[in-house]
Amino acid sequence: MHDFEFVKPATLAEAVAALGAEGAQALAGGMTLLPAMKQRLAAPERLVSLTGIADLRGVTPAPGRLRIGGATPHAVVARAAAAHYPALARLAGQIGDPAVRNRGTIGGSLANNDPSACYPAAVLASGATIHTDRRQIAADDYFQGMFATALDEGEVITAVDFPVPQVAAYVKFAQPASRFALVGVFVAKFAEGARVAVTGASEEGVYRWTEAEEALNTHFAPTEFSHLDVPADGMIADLHGGADYRAHLVKVIARRAVIAALG
Amino acid sequence: MPKDGIGASSKRREDVRFLTGRGRYTDDINLRGQAHVHFLRSDIAHGRIRSIDTAAAAAMPGVLRIFTAADLAGVGGIPCGWQVTDRFGKPMQEPKHPVLAEGKVRHVGDPIAAVVAETAEQARDAAEAIVVDIEDLPAVLDMRAALAEGAPKVHDDLTGNLCYDWGFVEENREAVNAAFATAHHVTTLDLVNNRLVANPMEPRVAVGDYDFATDHHTLYTTSQNPHVIRLLMGAFVLGIPEHRLRVVAPDVGGGFGSKIYHYAEEAFVTFAAKALRRPVKWTASRSEAFISDAQGRDHVGRIELALDAEGNFLALRTETYANMGAYLSTFAPSIPTWLHGTLMAGNYRTPLIYVNVKAVFTNTVPVDAYRGAGRPEATFQLERVIDKAAREIGMDPVELRRRNFVTEFPYQTPVAVVYDTGDYNATLDRLLQIADREGFEARRLDSAHHGRLRGFGIAHYIEACGIAPSNLVGQLGARAGLYESATVRVNATGSISVFTGSHSHGQGHETTFAQVVADMIGIPAAQVDIVHGDTSNTPMGMGTYGSRSLAVGGSALVKATTKIVNKAKKIAAHLLEAAEADIELKDGKFAVAGTDRSVDWGAVCLAAYVPHNYPLESLEPGLEETAFYDPSNFTYPAGAYACEVEVDPETGKVTICRFVAADDFGNVVNPMIVEGQVHGGLAQGIGQALLENCVYDGNGQLLSGSFMDYAMPRADDLPFYEVDHSCATPCTHNPLGVKGCGEAGAIGSPPAVVNAVVDALQRAGYAHVTHIDMPLTPARVWAAMHAN
Repeated sequence: MHDFEFVKPATLAEAVAALGAEGAQALAGGMTLLPAMKQRLAAPERLVSLTGIADLRGVTPAPGRLRIGGATPHAVVARAAAAHYPALARLAGQIGDPAVRNRGTIGGSLANNDPSACYPAAVLASGATIHTDRRQIAADDYFQGMFATALDEGEVITAVDFPVPQVAAYVKFAQPASRFALVGVFVAKFAEGARVAVTGASEEGVYRWTEAEEALNTHFAPTEFSHLDVPADGMIADLHGGADYRAHLVKVIARRAVIAALG
Repeated sequence: MPKDGIGASSKRREDVRFLTGRGRYTDDINLRGQAHVHFLRSDIAHGRIRSIDTAAAAAMPGVLRIFTAADLAGVGGIPCGWQVTDRFGKPMQEPKHPVLAEGKVRHVGDPIAAVVAETAEQARDAAEAIVVDIEDLPAVLDMRAALAEGAPKVHDDLTGNLCYDWGFVEENREAVNAAFATAHHVTTLDLVNNRLVANPMEPRVAVGDYDFATDHHTLYTTSQNPHVIRLLMGAFVLGIPEHRLRVVAPDVGGGFGSKIYHYAEEAFVTFAAKALRRPVKWTASRSEAFISDAQGRDHVGRIELALDAEGNFLALRTETYANMGAYLSTFAPSIPTWLHGTLMAGNYRTPLIYVNVKAVFTNTVPVDAYRGAGRPEATFQLERVIDKAAREIGMDPVELRRRNFVTEFPYQTPVAVVYDTGDYNATLDRLLQIADREGFEARRLDSAHHGRLRGFGIAHYIEACGIAPSNLVGQLGARAGLYESATVRVNATGSISVFTGSHSHGQGHETTFAQVVADMIGIPAAQVDIVHGDTSNTPMGMGTYGSRSLAVGGSALVKATTKIVNKAKKIAAHLLEAAEADIELKDGKFAVAGTDRSVDWGAVCLAAYVPHNYPLESLEPGLEETAFYDPSNFTYPAGAYACEVEVDPETGKVTICRFVAADDFGNVVNPMIVEGQVHGGLAQGIGQALLENCVYDGNGQLLSGSFMDYAMPRADDLPFYEVDHSCATPCTHNPLGVKGCGEAGAIGSPPAVVNAVVDALQRAGYAHVTHIDMPLTPARVWAAMHAN
């Protein structure tokens, strides 16, 4: 790890100011950034920690909605969201291990947008809104491919605002080593219709599986999805599974998510 | 008899310091004035070094000196400790293994330069500033392709990439072929034994120190055998005589084989400490361990089994390609040969066996012993082909094994070794009883009801432990003896310090060895301390690997303690004014037989060191004895394992529902520790079967270079084990009747798991699935099911 300056502001304004400097980098949980720095794959000159900003932490319920501060650790979401959005709380409780869940944050996960991360599936399937220090971004506009998002340089996720669905579930089929999602599917049913988001599978990162949504809008029930065509083309292929395997798993895991949602 | 003697499940005394953070590991050692080294390692698999420019790096803050191969004049290569002779009578090809790369880099991780600086971070900063100009060469990876005409060579000065072509027993080759030509049935199986990374919890560390006033060198290192490191490094690499070289392996956080070998980093820190007249320390990162610790297994090959119409085994034939990696690690050549071919008889009366092994150099990290070392590879081949044969001839796999079991002992195998004792039907009976094979069908139907495919697999294993008679291994090419040593020092008030040549890095010797000595004398084990790991205070010993510590080191301990008891009896006879022949030792008291006169242990010890009333004319004062023990044979632990799995047909994911181990370890000193050893071995064996895989891409880059991609078994991947060692046939040739238990779990479990998964798929109608290569990841199982 190279030397760097570490600042931990107490307010968002101070953080945004600190991030204006050349070579500055926001530090949310550091679950990806710190290993990259240790490997010397990243070498920011200044780290601006967001976890000292009280306004960015916590879970706030409102009628039909749930707002989660950008710097809220997964473990807090797992506890505090359980009564309001159980599927989201369970997802948070299955990320990494206890150390990761107590350091890693929702904002960090979403800003990084790892193609195998869990949170993007919840945000996209829920149709959540990403709040930043400068605007609001709809989930459908936010995710822009593997490790790519709508965020601008230095833009800070302050909160994520989730509409709470009628029923929902996330099922993760874990990559055996990392326990990230080899394929993860989040299914959410709203009065306006179903939303299905898939993580871990595509080279484009998290995506909405609209064919499955249409099938569920006709009849929200465990379906085989076997009549749907999930092309292997564009799926991730690595030593843990080929593209055809991932394409197959999308159907299997989606069905299990529907079963779990109706559970 | 003390309650904490042989047979007691005493708690491990070393755990107090391990569990409270009071252990003293090599990285805890920080010497005054210590500098740090960072190794610049090759990031390509194969290349020719055109130039190394260290000028800019040398000017970086804190840099003391930068070394390349050119700066190591007079330093020898890392030696190989075993020379295998090929099937034509020629010695193996043995390339030089330089401490720092000379002319070429041969695997990702090959050290090119060593930067010594005031801090580890400064050394790493400077290493990044070294400019190395390397001409990329095509990487040699696939073993068969490596042996093809015109293949690029890992070592330019060798004739091709073949280390040796070994045949065993070579004289049987034609007879075996003839048996196959006329056999009623032949079963053939192509299989891969996947490459593994040992991944002990503690990465390797080495600290070199040099005292110019006395010309003494000290190396602190994470080793399983400090005396072997002293011999290899002192005599072959650095030219330091043993009396000027001390090697200390303090608390070591696991080895599993990977810390047996002498590594370049150890030699470098020892060399640099003298060159710089400062202690030099190196601590590996986990990433570095993945590309510099010797790896395990990596066999590719074919096994064939010939049977008669009744299912009797007639002959066995194998052809195996064994990956050596880029250089020969210390014991690498012996693993696929003498620790593998000699086990191919398994538990069975196969009259004719021919094993062919081609060891191949590739542009990968060197491969050497890893928990089980050759025996898991043999067991996997054998127990998989037997299951396949049973299916092909329509016989129950349990019955096919029983039909061919060795039942009379001693048994001379056709592959050189002689089994002294065993009872394979007994362990199998016990296994099937615990595993409730009778109830399997009901459980299978229940699984099917829940959409899961259930399977039942068994495997038998035998291993050769307690390596071994030194004169025999010498004939087989070992360049070391394989005895063990112990010094028992009785202190004046009766406490005992034992100095053993064995080394404990998780095995619990400090507890079990104390149990043995205490039991022999009849005193509480708390009166006995075990000292190990320092060449300056322990007798020359060969260290710990191959499940040899209790069988060989424990036997040395018994010999030394017997000498102590014999001398103490003489002292007691003098104190009791009785004949030595009449003295009996019981429960820590020396008594005159048939009388109530006795003297206790403490009084005898005190007399030995305060010899006021003592037979000085015929007996030296003091009570300290050393013994060396060289075994007359290997020991042969054996057992039967059963695995029951569920396969999720939609995802291919395998869940182990039950795992039963029925082992025959002979006599057991501490049942709790033995059970723990089996648990650990099973975790590693199941890890190999389901999860672990060391994978290089086509350029020789390690794809599984971190725990993000190399899947270590975790608690929730593993079942609750049912472990039994009640079927004990004591070893006939060592004084404790012990056989060794450290590797069994890792040897017997992989075929049991794979047999169970294949069974599950076969029962569910996937008749085309006769084998799946490990690890049986969900993707691989699913692909096998759908490979039509």
